[in-house]
Parts: sequence; structure tokens; C-alpha cells
Amino acid sequence: MQTKKIEEYIWEIPVTEKEGMRVPARIIASEKIMKEMDQGVYNQITNVACLPGIQNYAYCMPDGHWGYGFPIGGVAAFDLKEGIISPGGIGFDINCGVRSVRTNLSFDEVKPRLNELMDALFRLIPAGVGSTGFVKLNTERFKEIMIKGVDWCIQNGYGWEEDRERIEQGGRIPGANPDKVSQKSISRGMDQLGTLGSGNHYLELQVAQTDRVFHPEAAKVFGIDKPNQIFVMIHCGSRGFGHQIATDYLRVFTEAMRKYNIQILDKELACAPFNSPEGQDYYEAMLCAANSAFANRQVILHKIREAFSQVFHKSPLELGMHIVYDVAHNIAKIEEHLVNGVKKNVLVHRKGATRSFGPGHLDVPEFYRQIGQPVIVGGSMETSSYLLVGTQKAMEMTMGSTLHGSGRTMSRGAAKRKVRGYELMKSMEERGISVRAVSMPGLAEEAGIAYKNISEVVEAVDRAGISRKVIELKPIGNIKG
Amino acid sequence: MPKFKFLDDIAIADAAFVAYGKTLEELFESCALATFEVMVETKGVKPEQKEEIMIKDQNLDDLLFDFISELIYLKDVRKIFFSKFDLLIKKNKDYKLTGTVWGEKIDYKKQEIKRDVKAITYHLLEIKKSGNSWKAQVILDT
Repeated sequence: MQTKKIEEYIWEIPVTEKEGMRVPARIIASEKIMKEMDQGVYNQITNVACLPGIQNYAYCMPDGHWGYGFPIGGVAAFDLKEGIISPGGIGFDINCGVRSVRTNLSFDEVKPRLNELMDALFRLIPAGVGSTGFVKLNTERFKEIMIKGVDWCIQNGYGWEEDRERIEQGGRIPGANPDKVSQKSISRGMDQLGTLGSGNHYLELQVAQTDRVFHPEAAKVFGIDKPNQIFVMIHCGSRGFGHQIATDYLRVFTEAMRKYNIQILDKELACAPFNSPEGQDYYEAMLCAANSAFANRQVILHKIREAFSQVFHKSPLELGMHIVYDVAHNIAKIEEHLVNGVKKNVLVHRKGATRSFGPGHLDVPEFYRQIGQPVIVGGSMETSSYLLVGTQKAMEMTMGSTLHGSGRTMSRGAAKRKVRGYELMKSMEERGISVRAVSMPGLAEEAGIAYKNISEVVEAVDRAGISRKVIELKPIGNIKG
Repeated sequence: MPKFKFLDDIAIADAAFVAYGKTLEELFESCALATFEVMVETKGVKPEQKEEIMIKDQNLDDLLFDFISELIYLKDVRKIFFSKFDLLIKKNKDYKLTGTVWGEKIDYKKQEIKRDVKAITYHLLEIKKSGNSWKAQVILDT
């Protein structure tokens, strides 16, 4: 497919490349990443560019790779009247996201007790297939969580008042309607609150790299105030509840497509007009899953604080366990953006992409408003993760969006044939990364060799200017579902 | 003929497979087995608990999508991995699938568990009859 360079790190596929494209597609990448990008990405991002009501461009981030429907790393905004909403543009794991938490502890303080801490975390936070959480819910309480998200957790003792402000949209997106979720999704998700899940979901202990601070002012605001500080990262989503909502509505939408006579190039891009009963029902159900995912990460954080407190015999507050931020990277949201130079509300789908609002934006909490919204980028379990901040250029170029992780380059099967779980665990331990995994084959599937180089993809968004690097975080402990 | 084969070169983030069967029932059983093989070594899953299944749809793609979705749902709700399937598919005006599926409670101590499957997708979903046998291509979100 023909691509032309718009500027360093921004590439465009013109509408002439595929019949039906309504807007060009844009890929944010270095020349090297472009060359290595799998062909599925080109095909899928141009399919997205064909969807009704798409605004500006169909975007793909440098961590992009072949998914289903949208590519992973895909971003697309739609007109609220003429445009669509698509579960394939959000993913089955609604509001899969990342939360970063700081501590007052240094690596030297944690090192002698690392194994004890890892055991406590592994014991307190259920992971893997079929695991259940400690919060006992009934349908009524679960419905409250769908509406209130993190507020429910705080009200029930699973969080601090200040936590709310350090989460995208306060961990409670308005508009969720529990009447739009099926009984099946409720029964599938009700006992999973506070569980990590499996696959690429993890809980990680990290050391902030004092010699890898790129934006000292932002690092200070993030609470980085001593060398080799310990951070915690959580990566997980809405669990079976979200998966079932997506499954239910994918079926509703395959029918709706006939009704509204919408043509698409991949059945997984099934969609409905946003302004239709089906589109609105899915949006309201999707937000129930989004809020429950914020609550899930909140309940997990509650347990992390408990584990640290047990091991270090200090309260979580004394340990300075403040949230840095929490981002959703599988979601659709109504946001105001520039379209042809005019500000308007659009429905932004981000599938494996993160919001990256710049300094001064009113949706950025006040204490971050000067530096821009924190962006959290999780690496593979063997490599670093990064904290970044959003920029004004992201608002102008990518509908306030940036990357979400490193992006796979190798299938899980191929990774498993190259690496064995126990050997990988041994090698990680030798490199100073303590591992607790419920499944050894599952661990092998997530080996670092299966992913793009995190530093390269982060460099690409930094150079493109759609977010700015703040600090690198190196793993010292990984818990894998 | 193998019941299924995993594909590495499509949709790298997820799990893709082709499955085979001499009959439609066999094909659907192979797809179900492949789905659980992504999650666990199915050879080690004893068929000791059973569930009854009934699904109706207008076309085969939707029937397979709904059948696999139902199994994934039951896995989470009943905490069971399934390893044995006995299905009957009839077509009058619509397709109707009925049958019994057997499995065992999820147990990390007893089974070799790999990873969870979140859902079946419609991406590149294909069911074909060639000669005397059936073939399906399926991508799962994991």
C-alpha cells in the first residue's frame, strides 16, 4: 500500500488506496517501525477509514499490530449524528487499562524483602482463569458499581478520597445504564471484581530510573523525589463482564447492519449508527463495563496497599502509595476535538491507544494541568515501561491520542515454541525480575521477544510530539495471570 | 485428519485455528475442542460434569459464534473447562444446535492451564464445505 511521509514520524495512506475510504489513514511511526509493521495493520486501518461518519483520519499508533476489526493501536473519531459506534473499535476487554502507583520506598529498602512482598501480592490478588475476587456482590450492588465505578469503591472502604482525581474521568464515566446489560454478563462478571485475569494482564513492581528522567518537572509532579523509587503498575480490564457485553452487542450489531444498510469490509467491524437505539444501548452498556474496570483496578490497588502494609509494617499512607494516574486504553468516549478547524463533540474509539490530553485541558486534573495528562505505557514483562505526558500536538494531530504499550510482533504460539516458561522464569530471576505466574505456558507466551522494542515505540510518539517522555520504569517483579 | 491446527501467521495478538470435521457436528466439536485447547491441555480435563446446550440461528457463522460464546460463558460462570462434546445440528428454516458438553472444574493443581479466552470474534470467520468434509477458520480474543 502507498504511504507518503507527512512529516518526520507521521505517514499517510491516501483515500485512493482503497475503494470506500472516506478519510486518509495516518500511522505514527519511525521509518524502521513502518518497515516492520505487519501488513494486517495497513489493511485494517484502511477498513476503519471506510466507516460512516469518520472524522479527520483513521489513526494507528507505533505499537500497532494486527488485531480483529480495528488494528490494536487504532484510533478513530465519529460524528455523533452521522457516525457509528463499533465494539470492534473498542475490543472485548472494555476499559482494559493501566494504573501506576508511586511509593516512598527505594529499591534498597524493598530488595531484601522482595520475595516476601511478591508472595503477599500473589496471595492477595487472584489471577488466572476461573479466579474469583474477595468482594461479595449481589446484582443490586454490582449495578451500583456499573454506575459509580471508583466512587463505589471509595464509599465502601476500598480507596482514598484523593484516588478519584488521579483516574481518567474520575473513574466514573456518566451515562452508564445497567438496564442495557444482559443477565448473562452480570452472572459472568459478578464474582470477578478484584481479579487480574490472564494473558497479557499483569501486576508489576518497578524501579524508577533516576538516570532516565526526560522531563524533570513532570517527574516531580508525579511524586518522584528520591533515587530508585519503587512503583507499582496494574494492567487489566473489565474481565468477563466486559467480554460478555461486547459479545452480546456484536450479535445485536450484525443484525443492525442489515437494518441500517451499512456496508463494512470485515464482519468484526460490525457497527450501528451512534444515534440509533442499538448504538445508544451499546454505548450505555459499554460504560457499565468501563466503570466496573476502573473499580476492578481500584479493588486490586486496595489489596496492593494491604500487601505492602503487611510486609513493611507501615500504613499505605505512610508508604506514600498515591496513584500517579489510571488510563483506559480500550474505550469509546465523547470528547471535543478540532474537525476541519472547528471544535465539535465526536465519539473517539481507542483500541489499544491512550488518551493524551495536553497541558491546560480542563479534563486534566488540576495538579497535572500544567504538565499535561499522564500517559502510562506498559512494556512486556521483561522490559521497561514508561510514564509520559499528553501534549497540545496530540490534540491537533491525533484527536488527543497516543500509544498504549509495546505491541506484539510474534504470535503466542510462536513465542511458546521459542521459549519455555520455567527457563524464562529462571532467566528473568537471574536478571533481577522476580516472577509469580499461575501458568508456565502462559508466561512463555508473554516473553519479551514477542513484543516490539518499547524504547523505539515510545521514542516515536515523543519525536512525533503526540506525547512527551517523563521517566523509564524497570521491572523487578511481575505477577502474571 | 487432525481435528484442528493453530495458525500463527494471522491476527498475532490472538489465537487463530482451522478446524475440520466430516460432518457439521464434528466440525463444531473440533472448534469447541480447539477453543479449550487454547486455555488448557484438554487431554487432562476429565469429562465428569455435563451441561446441555441449545442454540438457534439463521446461518452457520452465527451458529458457531453463539455456540463458542456459550461455552466461554459457561466456563466463567460454572468454572468448568469442557473437553467432550456431543452435538446434533438440524436445519429446517433455521439451524438448530442441541447437545451435551462434558468437562471438569477448573483446577490449577490438576490441569495444565495456559490462558483465558475472552471471546470468539467474527474476524476472518469462515465455514466451508469441500468435498465430503467441513472446515472452519476461527480467531479468538485471548
